[in-house]
Amino acid sequence: MAGLGKEYKAGEVIFRQGDTGNCMFVIQNGEVEAIAESDGREFRLRRMGPNDFFGEMALFEEETRTATIRTTKPTRILSIDKKNFLGGIHEDPSLAFRIVQTMSHRIRDLTDRLARYEQQQ
Amino acid sequence: MVEGLELLTGKAPKPHKGEAMALEDGSRIAVIGAGPAGSMFSHFFLSMAETVGLSVNVDIFEPRRFCHRGPAGCNHCGGIVSESLVQRLATEGLSLPDCVVQRGIESYTLHTDVGDVEIATPLQEKRIAAIYRGNGPRSSEPVDTQSFDGYLLDLARNRGARVIPRLVTDVRRNEDLMTVHCADQFSDSYELVVVATGINSRLMEMLENETAEFARPARTKTFICEFHLGRDVIRETFGPSMHVFLLDIPRLEFAALIPKGDYVTLCLLGDDIDENLIDTFFSSPEVRDRFPGGVIPGHVCHCYPRINIRAATPVYGDRLVLIGDSGTTRLFKDGIGAAYRTSKAAAKTAVFHGVSAEDFKNYYAPLCRRIDNDNRVGKLVFTFASLVQKSRFARRGILNMAANEQQQVDGPRRMSGVLWDLFSGSASYTDVFLRTLHPAYVGTLLWNLVAANLPRGAGRIGRDAERGDDHVRH
Repeated sequence: MAGLGKEYKAGEVIFRQGDTGNCMFVIQNGEVEAIAESDGREFRLRRMGPNDFFGEMALFEEETRTATIRTTKPTRILSIDKKNFLGGIHEDPSLAFRIVQTMSHRIRDLTDRLARYEQQQ
Repeated sequence: MVEGLELLTGKAPKPHKGEAMALEDGSRIAVIGAGPAGSMFSHFFLSMAETVGLSVNVDIFEPRRFCHRGPAGCNHCGGIVSESLVQRLATEGLSLPDCVVQRGIESYTLHTDVGDVEIATPLQEKRIAAIYRGNGPRSSEPVDTQSFDGYLLDLARNRGARVIPRLVTDVRRNEDLMTVHCADQFSDSYELVVVATGINSRLMEMLENETAEFARPARTKTFICEFHLGRDVIRETFGPSMHVFLLDIPRLEFAALIPKGDYVTLCLLGDDIDENLIDTFFSSPEVRDRFPGGVIPGHVCHCYPRINIRAATPVYGDRLVLIGDSGTTRLFKDGIGAAYRTSKAAAKTAVFHGVSAEDFKNYYAPLCRRIDNDNRVGKLVFTFASLVQKSRFARRGILNMAANEQQQVDGPRRMSGVLWDLFSGSASYTDVFLRTLHPAYVGTLLWNLVAANLPRGAGRIGRDAERGDDHVRH
């Protein structure tokens, strides 16, 4: 069958909050959701679809995964090695531009959410 | 003195003091050739220009139409997008669509006269793409697939590039601009000309003939052909694996069968591949055994394209730059990856620094030198591989080491990693070479050379195709 990456069934967990990791992932097709787990409860942070990436923090720091990623439908995902990514950045820093741009959008989104949350308190 | 192609096309007048040779709003850029290098240059150039608020026009000259099947739409290439390039493109937001990927490759199977071994990716993941540069072999059925080159050209077009279906026959300097001349007498002037024609073009030949300063890349003849076997047969006999042959055939450096949709592509690289070499290859039992019933079918499409084995000199001038195969590329492997790297480096130089020879010398040439230096190490690596090809003793040791590693669940996979990166072109030759100097690699190899060549271990080594597992065969 044509297509790149690894196939996951609906409901499969790609990684769990607290796991260690050394790669990020790019969705080829399908959909995943990012879930924060706290006190045994789950909070959905966002849904992601084709061409979106997740797990990028593992490329820049040694900390554990900050959220659980689970598929919501059959999904194909390509992993990006830390070594390959950092080697690419070393030769061509602009390779990180899209990641920085997306991380900036996510910070903006979280800031908006936090502001709304503060207003509700 | 500024290095470059001044005598080829005349010398650009020096800019006035304090005036840089930089692009500005309304500047026009001609890209000659819409292979991966030309299209990726256009895509990245227009993307970067938009980021910095520069409004420029890009014309891509390409007479070929990639929607045609057979030679008319093909750019004559084995058609592998390496693991490292697949990952970098995905990071850029350019995940290859399923209609472009003819088959995702998740393992390499090495075949030798002493056995074979399948080397899989650690994650059991398809990270290498088998693609068609055109729209499939001659006489192939129209199916829902897209040419890789066509996909990249669409990316450039969607960014705003204009495609001009004309054949460029000459490039000349005209005052402070470059003029592009076409076969149908059309001509136009540009602030920058990017040559991305590959090496099988008449334009490169003309450039070399016009000046003593320019030498186009050194070339060697290769052989590529397509076998129609059908999707089901390919799934059963080849699987998602690229089959590589390490055979004792003089002048043959690399041979691979690449499964793609209904077809399998054979790619032979070496020193001037000719019919005698091809016949010798086809008569090898290791090759015949790959095909159903041990019978090699007639091929439906074939070509003898030339590949770049030594860079052009020089690869830039005032308002002129050569990228991809036209300039420099990786030896034998990952030519599309080299096209990506050189096209992006040239685009960055043009947008952020300028288009003078000095700019290209400072910001583009260093990458070309890195590729050239790595190719020198690559020649050493392939010389060593040729010695292994000639030595049954060495082949046994290497195969034994790789087969043992593939049986382990954990543990270092030093030989598998070296072979994987050598076959796939995913790592630089320097990186591969340095790993072979690691004491643990050398020690394990020596142990395997002895173990595999002891009288009781002298049977066939590797993967039993019928049982589908890895083990030593006696």
